[in-house]
Amino acid sequence: MSEAFVDFNEVWLAYNEELLERNDFAIEDITLTTGEGEFIAIVGPSGCGKSTFMKLATGLKMPSRGTVRIGGQQVTGPLKIVGMAFQAPTLLPWRTTIDNVLLPLEIVEPYRSQFKKRKDEYRERARRLLATVGLQGYEDKFPWQLSGGMQQRASICRALIHEPRMLLLDEPFGALDAFTREELWNVLRDLWTAQRFNVILVTHDLREAAYLADTVYVMSKRPGRIVTRRDIDLPRPRDLEITYTKQFTDLVHELRSRIGEIRKS
Amino acid sequence: MARKKNLETIAPWGLLIASILLWQLICAAFDVSEFVFPSPLQIVRSLIEFAVPIAEHAWRTFWTTMVGFAISIVVGVVLGFVIGSSRLAYAAMYPLMTAFNALPKAAFVPILVVWFGIGVGPAILTAFLISFFPIMVNIATGLATLEPELEDVLRVLGAKRLDVLIKVGLPRSMPYFFASLKVAITLAFVGTTVSEMNASNEGIGYLLISAGSAMKMPLAFAGLVVIAAMAMAMYELFSWIERHTTAWAHRGQS
Repeated sequence: MSEAFVDFNEVWLAYNEELLERNDFAIEDITLTTGEGEFIAIVGPSGCGKSTFMKLATGLKMPSRGTVRIGGQQVTGPLKIVGMAFQAPTLLPWRTTIDNVLLPLEIVEPYRSQFKKRKDEYRERARRLLATVGLQGYEDKFPWQLSGGMQQRASICRALIHEPRMLLLDEPFGALDAFTREELWNVLRDLWTAQRFNVILVTHDLREAAYLADTVYVMSKRPGRIVTRRDIDLPRPRDLEITYTKQFTDLVHELRSRIGEIRKS
Repeated sequence: MARKKNLETIAPWGLLIASILLWQLICAAFDVSEFVFPSPLQIVRSLIEFAVPIAEHAWRTFWTTMVGFAISIVVGVVLGFVIGSSRLAYAAMYPLMTAFNALPKAAFVPILVVWFGIGVGPAILTAFLISFFPIMVNIATGLATLEPELEDVLRVLGAKRLDVLIKVGLPRSMPYFFASLKVAITLAFVGTTVSEMNASNEGIGYLLISAGSAMKMPLAFAGLVVIAAMAMAMYELFSWIERHTTAWAHRGQS
């Protein structure tokens, strides 16, 4: 493996001083490294600190103990090389789809100071990105005129418009129906194949994790620990057909039994 | 569908006309004295007879209310912004503001008269005092109920607190703001009128008191009609502005 991109070294986090004194940690002793351009998935029961992990990886939270390094740099504050998307699309209803996608460029440097001057260029870029996820023709619609799946596509575009080196997804497809979800798996797969950014996908859908990721980490209940690391050695490019093979179902079954062990303990 | 819509626009006017007719009918049938309860016809007659003085008083009440209302927009937005954008300010100021709001504003009039004398000063300030609270609360609510995920998305990009407030907080609180204006403008008219009744020689409030003491009941009622008409017109104006500026918040009704 080449130079590590995400590097958690014995990371512990308690949300505040009081909890720290009582040794009440949200996550404990997390150590993991990912290579540049790797797609990892974190799965676990609800309340296992998956979202806490996300906050650490983006620099929104600082670890109580241990260090987090992203791209070779120790994390000391919010990282601008990150894009995020959540279960709720959180699009702004007063902005059109394209203006929602452009929002990060109005905030993050160096785009921010050039935004007025190069607006046409940026709009063209947003238009191209929207087209790659199948939203051409919807640029000037408002989010509430789009379906849930379309909103989530736009939300992923917003996370990618400033060409971040890392994409963080917190159960992004959790609220969608099964067919739309599988469709969006492929959208994400194609975007990642084309751009090779680093992805951390937090999910409780084991099929989703196995289908998309290079490596799956299983986390235990609170306090969150990583109990298993599983390389997904399915060949790429992957197609939805693969989810019906025995190799795939065995893999999912294995992951499922790990989660089962945690729940009993 | 179109017919149903039509019916909805006609309905309030229909009800208004029906109640006026009923009122007129009752006054005529029981021969109610105009000193007790004037009939609509008598009110209209005095509206026409005293059109010029009523218009003068109405204009005075109108601009006084507008000045007080303008002050309350500025103060309400600024205070709402402060309270909504900081948890500390919210905790510190909210109880105090609520206590202040519970005070009857009419009770301020004598104090304001001591400070500013009889006339326009107390009326403007009463209108302001009574109407800034809903504006402040609504702006603060709009800012304080921002989705934490959305804030994270922006903070990760390096957005400052002010960026978040301007890009998301303020546009998000606009529907709350316009909704509060509709409430506040009607309250402002109440404030002005109450103050004019106590401490003024001009305005509809003064007209009400002097007509009442001269037993000119139709004139007093005419004053009430004028106040109601002005408040309704302003209310409609603000709801029109609301519909045309924050259509995204009222989807599904169009």
